[in-house]
Order: sequence, then structure tokens, then C-alpha cells
Amino acid sequence: MSIGQMISQLAGGMVTSTQIFIVTLVFSLPLGLVVAFGRMSKNPLIQTIIKIYISIMRGTPLMLQLMVVYFGPYYLFHIKCGRGYRMWAVFIGFVINYAAYFAEIYRSGIQSMPAGQYEAARLLGYSRRQTFFMIILPQVIKRILPSITNEVITLVKDTSLAFTISVMEMFSMAKALASSQTSMVPFVAAGIFYYVFNLLVASVMEYMEKKLSYYQ
Amino acid sequence: MNVLECSHIRKSFGSLEVLKDISLTVKEGEILSIIGPSGSGKSTMLRCATMLETIDSGEIRYMEKTAASTKADGTVLYAPKQELKEISRQYGLVFQNFNLFPHFDVWKNITDAPIRVQKRKREEVHKEAAELIRKMGLEGKEHAYPCQLSGGQCQRVAIARALALNPKILFFDEPTSALDPELTGEVLKVIKSLADLDIAMVIVTHEMAFARDISHKVIFMADGVIVEEGTPEQVFASGNERTRAFLGKYGNMLSEDGR
Repeated sequence: MSIGQMISQLAGGMVTSTQIFIVTLVFSLPLGLVVAFGRMSKNPLIQTIIKIYISIMRGTPLMLQLMVVYFGPYYLFHIKCGRGYRMWAVFIGFVINYAAYFAEIYRSGIQSMPAGQYEAARLLGYSRRQTFFMIILPQVIKRILPSITNEVITLVKDTSLAFTISVMEMFSMAKALASSQTSMVPFVAAGIFYYVFNLLVASVMEYMEKKLSYYQ
Repeated sequence: MNVLECSHIRKSFGSLEVLKDISLTVKEGEILSIIGPSGSGKSTMLRCATMLETIDSGEIRYMEKTAASTKADGTVLYAPKQELKEISRQYGLVFQNFNLFPHFDVWKNITDAPIRVQKRKREEVHKEAAELIRKMGLEGKEHAYPCQLSGGQCQRVAIARALALNPKILFFDEPTSALDPELTGEVLKVIKSLADLDIAMVIVTHEMAFARDISHKVIFMADGVIVEEGTPEQVFASGNERTRAFLGKYGNMLSEDGR
């Protein structure tokens, strides 16, 4: 197999990896905010449930979580999911895992906001919703952007964990090709892919940080 | 008409009783200064009057509308949310550390609440804001962000922001404590210039000369009680031992050069 053929096969894996990356971000970023609210809820029941959820998500390997999401329905409840469920399991596993991490980042940002901002908004008559979305959240985003960048970069590399449930993303593809062709080329190509992807992520995030640096 | 009536306000933080039966009234256009040592409850009084803290007992009324009252069984009853919102349009607060919104420029800090909260017409708000900016001496700073301004300028923006909502009464919580003497002067000058706006003002301050010059009435608070209340002349020339001890040589000096 020529190098060109290998690369074109790997390209299919790249698409899947990128898909996992995008779906995870699009759903876990907003879900993380909801989870953060639950974590800060005054209701002790909600707070405890969310605490346990976050603790499990952070305390066990993502690889294991993916397996539980994929095999769980059949092993536990004898529900047969179709072939298409494989990809869904990856999306669900990644989204609930990353939402937990993002929730803690949001929480740290929200709790670092000075009380004076809330008090000023209240005195000016802003509703709670307006206060959060107009006054608090924009400042929180600026504060947490560096931590978010860290998570997003980790996510790019974590997409390779989808191979545990045999989703043919970039890494599974590279591994299969490398062993069938006894070649290092797929591994090198995979390495370059992740590196360039993260270079891109880092520069996008840097650009956003710069955009928000107009105030302190 | 009394803009603000507070009667028998009590407030404790844990076992610490910060306000012990404080009563005060502010008439329309009246300027009241509250002076006293740190920890005497002055700021807490303002925070209770502006509903940032809940009171333990007593009554708060704005323009004859009851915001909080104490029932027969001793529990405090606050007005329903909608009514409180209505009442809160009567007052504004200027904080010691400004609390401007750092991600809004000066213009948006001043105009956002009138437009978004009070739903007033954009053109009308803009006209008023331009007037306020002129009055506060902030021309040319409309599109600066708070981090690009001096403390004195920030405090003047904060005053403009509060005034933009057209309150009947404006509270100042040690408005110059975070500023150096030079910046203090410019802020005090601006506050003095508001005297003819016919807005009632309650000013918690450590600037004795300022309190004496601007106020119609001065309250001296210590340890959660009002020790003395009266015209600036009366309070600064007071024979009361506690008042004298606080004012120290200030009392003498001011009452002498004041006549």
C-alpha cells in the first residue's frame, strides 16, 4: 500500500475524530453550565446528586465510562441497541464526562466573581437572569478561558479513546494500518494530525483571549 | 414628604448586634450625613435601607410605601417581589469600591440599566447620559473602560450610573474611602454639585469638613446606636462626650472656623 493510500484511509478516521470533538464541545459546554448550577444549588438533594456524578466522572477512567455506556444497556437490562449505537455511546460518554469537568471550571469562575457585581446589578434593577447573562457570565468566560483551553486540548487527544469500543477514529485506524502494513507511517501521520489539531485549537483560544483583553 | 423612613431597625450578624434600634427619616431633597467610627454600623444601615441585607426587626418605608415591616409576632415581612422592585426604583447606591461593570465602557455602564431595565426610550436615555457625562466632567471618556480610568473618574461614572435611573434618594457608602486626597476632592466636588438637583442624599463619610459643609442634617453613630442627631453646627459643636471623643480636635476646629 502506498503512503498516499494510507493517508486517504486515515482521512476517514480524521473525520470521525473531528466529529467526536465537535459534538462533545457543542453539547458539553452548555450542559456543563447546567451541571454547575446544580452543583451550586441550594437544594441539598440536587447538590449531592451532582456532587456524586462529578466525583464519578472525574474519579474513573473515561475508557471505562465509554464501555459502561456502550455495554451497559445490554449487560444490565438486556436491551439490544442497533449497530448505530456505537457512535452514540461515544458521544454520550464524552459529553457527560466533559460536562463534569467544564462544570467545575464554570463553578470556579462563577464563585470567583466579587459580590459587588451582583449587588450593583441588583441595585440597578437587573433581574437575576439579566444579571447572570449580561453581567456575570461574560466576565466568567474571560476568567476561565485558560482552563477551558486546557480541557479542549485534552479532548483532542482523548478522542482516541473511542477505539476502546471499536469506533474507527483516527487512532484505531492508524493502529490497524500500522500492524497490517508493518509501517511506522500511520503512527507518524496520526501524531502529526493530533499535534496540528491542537496547534489550531491553541491559536483559536489565544485569539479569543486577546479579543477579551480589552478590559481587566 | 419623607422619601425614606426607617424606624427601630435592628440587625445582628450571628451574636453581634450591629444595629440597635436605629430610626431615621430623610425628607425630599434633604442631605443627611452619617458619621462615626469604623464598625459602628453605618454601612450596615445603608445596606439594610437598600435591601442588600435583611433587617431583623423594624420598618422601612419609601415615599410612604412600606418595603419592610415587623408583624406582631416579631417576624419581618418584606413587600411582595413586584412591589419591592417598584420601590427600589426610588433609590440608588454608590459603593465605596465603585462596582462598575468592567466589561462595559463608560457609556454602556450609564445607559444599559435605563434602557434594559427601565425600558425607556433609547434617544431619551442617550440625551440624559450625555448631560450626566458633562456634569460629571467625563467628556471624552465615553468609550473608555473602567480599567482605563482613575479611581476618581470611576467613582464619578458610578454616580452617573446611579443618577441615570432618576432616583428620589441616593445613598453613598464612603464614596471617597478608596481614593487619595486629590481624587477625593474631585469626587466631593461632584457630589456637592448634585445638591441643587433636589435629590435626597444619605452620605456615610469620614470626610468631616465635607459632611459639615454639605449636609442639612448629621447623624453620629457609635456601637450600633445613634448617639447624636442634628444640624451640622449642633453635632460638630456638641458637648456630648462620645461625639467629642470621635471628632477630637476636628470638632473644635470645624466649629470654630465654621462660624
